[in-house]
Amino acid sequence: MPREITYREALREGLDEEIARDENVCLMGEEVAQYNGAYKVTEGLWKKWGDKRIIDAPISEAGFIGMGIGASMLGIRPVMELMFYSFAYVAFDQMMNNAATCRYMSGGLINCPIVVRGPANGGTNVGATHSHTPENIFANMPGLKVVTPSNPYDAKGLIKSAIRDNDPVYFMESTVLYGMTGLVPSNDELEGGELIVPIGKAKVAREGSDLTLIAHGRAVVTSLAAAEILGAQHGISVEVVDLRSIRPLDEETIMESVRKTHRAIYVEENKPFCGVGAQISSMIMEQAFDDLDAPVLRITSADAPAFYSPPIEKLQLPNADEIVARALTIC
Amino acid sequence: MASKTANPSTVPFADAPINASLTGEQKIDLLRTMVRIRRFEQTSLKYYHDGHIGGFLHLYIGQESVAVGSISLLGEHDHVITAYRDHGHALSVGMGMDECMAELFGKKTGCSKGKGGSMHYFAPDKNYWGGHGIVGGQTPLGAGLAFALKYKGLKGCCLCYLGDGAINQGAFHEALNLASLWDLPVVYIIENNGYSMGTSQARSSAFPKEGLAARAEGYNMAWAKIEGVSLYEIRAGVQEAVARAHNESKPTMLEIMTYRHKGHSVADANAEKYRTKEEIQRYMNEHDPIEFWKNVLIGEGVITEDDYKAINKEAGAEAEASAAFAIKSPYPDESEIFDDIYWEVDNHTEAGRTGRHFFHG
Ligand SMILES: Cc1ncc(C[n+]2csc(CCOP(=O)(O)OP(=O)(O)O)c2C)c(N)n1
Ligand SMILES: [Mg+2]
Repeated sequence: MPREITYREALREGLDEEIARDENVCLMGEEVAQYNGAYKVTEGLWKKWGDKRIIDAPISEAGFIGMGIGASMLGIRPVMELMFYSFAYVAFDQMMNNAATCRYMSGGLINCPIVVRGPANGGTNVGATHSHTPENIFANMPGLKVVTPSNPYDAKGLIKSAIRDNDPVYFMESTVLYGMTGLVPSNDELEGGELIVPIGKAKVAREGSDLTLIAHGRAVVTSLAAAEILGAQHGISVEVVDLRSIRPLDEETIMESVRKTHRAIYVEENKPFCGVGAQISSMIMEQAFDDLDAPVLRITSADAPAFYSPPIEKLQLPNADEIVARALTIC
Repeated sequence: MASKTANPSTVPFADAPINASLTGEQKIDLLRTMVRIRRFEQTSLKYYHDGHIGGFLHLYIGQESVAVGSISLLGEHDHVITAYRDHGHALSVGMGMDECMAELFGKKTGCSKGKGGSMHYFAPDKNYWGGHGIVGGQTPLGAGLAFALKYKGLKGCCLCYLGDGAINQGAFHEALNLASLWDLPVVYIIENNGYSMGTSQARSSAFPKEGLAARAEGYNMAWAKIEGVSLYEIRAGVQEAVARAHNESKPTMLEIMTYRHKGHSVADANAEKYRTKEEIQRYMNEHDPIEFWKNVLIGEGVITEDDYKAINKEAGAEAEASAAFAIKSPYPDESEIFDDIYWEVDNHTEAGRTGRHFFHG
């Protein structure tokens, strides 16, 4: 039976299954073990698997992530939790210089099968230092993969793929989504007995014919809400493409949709300057220029650090009304 | 201190068990490796000035005993990782001059296919994990290699080398804490050559009078300071740390006193400004590890001056041959730019075929 489970539970199931499958998979991060995880993603795993597999790390992101990268070179498959992806900047050298370039600089002699996961979102009134969305920054670096699940089904299927991947995968979740529920099949109803979502395949989350909203992470949820309004109130049929991963990128699904609807808006909670949407809109312009009936628009977070004040921060993030208003300017 | 005629019975640490058990042949091999490193680098310097080699070239000349002595102690499950001054460690783990020289020349036959250069040598098949250009950046990786050994239940250790300047990087301190907290079998070896580029130790580091490694106290980690001119002393000191890692799974921080004869890199225009000519000359005359070891072996009757000359000549010829090999090797193809970025792409896996991985053009 497909079950309604939360995004958090879906991640936990994925982690648990991979820990069971491969003895080299271990989970490490601040408060992941005895405390059960800052967001309870890893709840119960330490009790089940013990100290060797589920490891509480000191507050030392450069140290433990660098250590995980070193261990991965010798075949361990560490899954490192960042309490907030904002803290990746403390480990930036390790994540960019070591994980991303060792393979290249060794002429292919090394690979780093590490996963660095954690929430990368704003919108929770924790101020600018805890609200970064660095997916564009990491996706800029060849050698890295950036994955952004928007729902429980994908969270489970993608974390399993990320752990099996032999390259570094930076897996960006959202604290706002952890409590989101969704249908996730149980293993006994799946062919092959498990849920795997390949990295690099986008999903058409909603079909439509007049406009394509392309998004990743929580912006997919916002886009789906906007699509409902545009359909119900304005008679505009909206297709929503959920990228699921930014690098590698499923450009066929994007272009196919744009060729069908002739209009596209990229929606993301990233900042606008050199954001993911900047890359995608450039690609659409190059590859589907003649199919476009309107310029590609981008809807992003406000181009400012995250505001603490709750009612104001809300205005910084893309919302359904903003998407509807911008969509009406090109439809 | 090197003396021209070392008396075997008075060479300190000669009677340490790890040294007493060395055969004459093994002692000669240690000499040969040091000499090969020096000839390799002297040859590379020549071709650098010729314009055959680009970028940075950080020479290890004067420090050879550190890599050779410590790496000579390692076994099957022991690993090595270092910074950018990495040629000596590479030849010590058994990498060949050809692939190392060709890498400097940027050739396809280089150890990293021309993608890494002088600072980024790797040979995982010889447990050699680089060659790292970011000062201190390799120190968490060294902890990670040790973590992996412990996780897999293997009796081994990781020797992680760094400079006296690198000890001030935050990542190193984080690695020290993790290594001690989790009892990781890693040995941090500070190669203290007195300078980080043009900055003397006194101008860069605050440390107790016992030395840089004494900082380990703060992490409840064992440490020792070792004079680096003598292979006997290095081997005796490092062996203790290796045994601690193997038998107790505990880390150690070692500080090995050494000196680089050349500038920070070949591009160091100030090589004789931040240090006096006299200082450099004094170290070259009195603290040259090769001179020292040669004299020990002559004093012990293991070699003659003529044997030494033959070793030197052979190493020089090997280095020249490696340069000839590098010169006649082809440059990498432009098509190789996009190889060796993703394992999954290189190996033509399903994951490597799914989605667009590269965004140029
Ligand atoms: C993060 C970083 N900062 C600065 C540099 C430039 N740099 C390269 S080597 C070096 C000096 C390091 O000295 P030390 O650690 O003593 O090693 P040594 O060169 O003496 O072997 C500096 C400043 C660098 N490569 N990486
Ligand atoms: Mg130095």
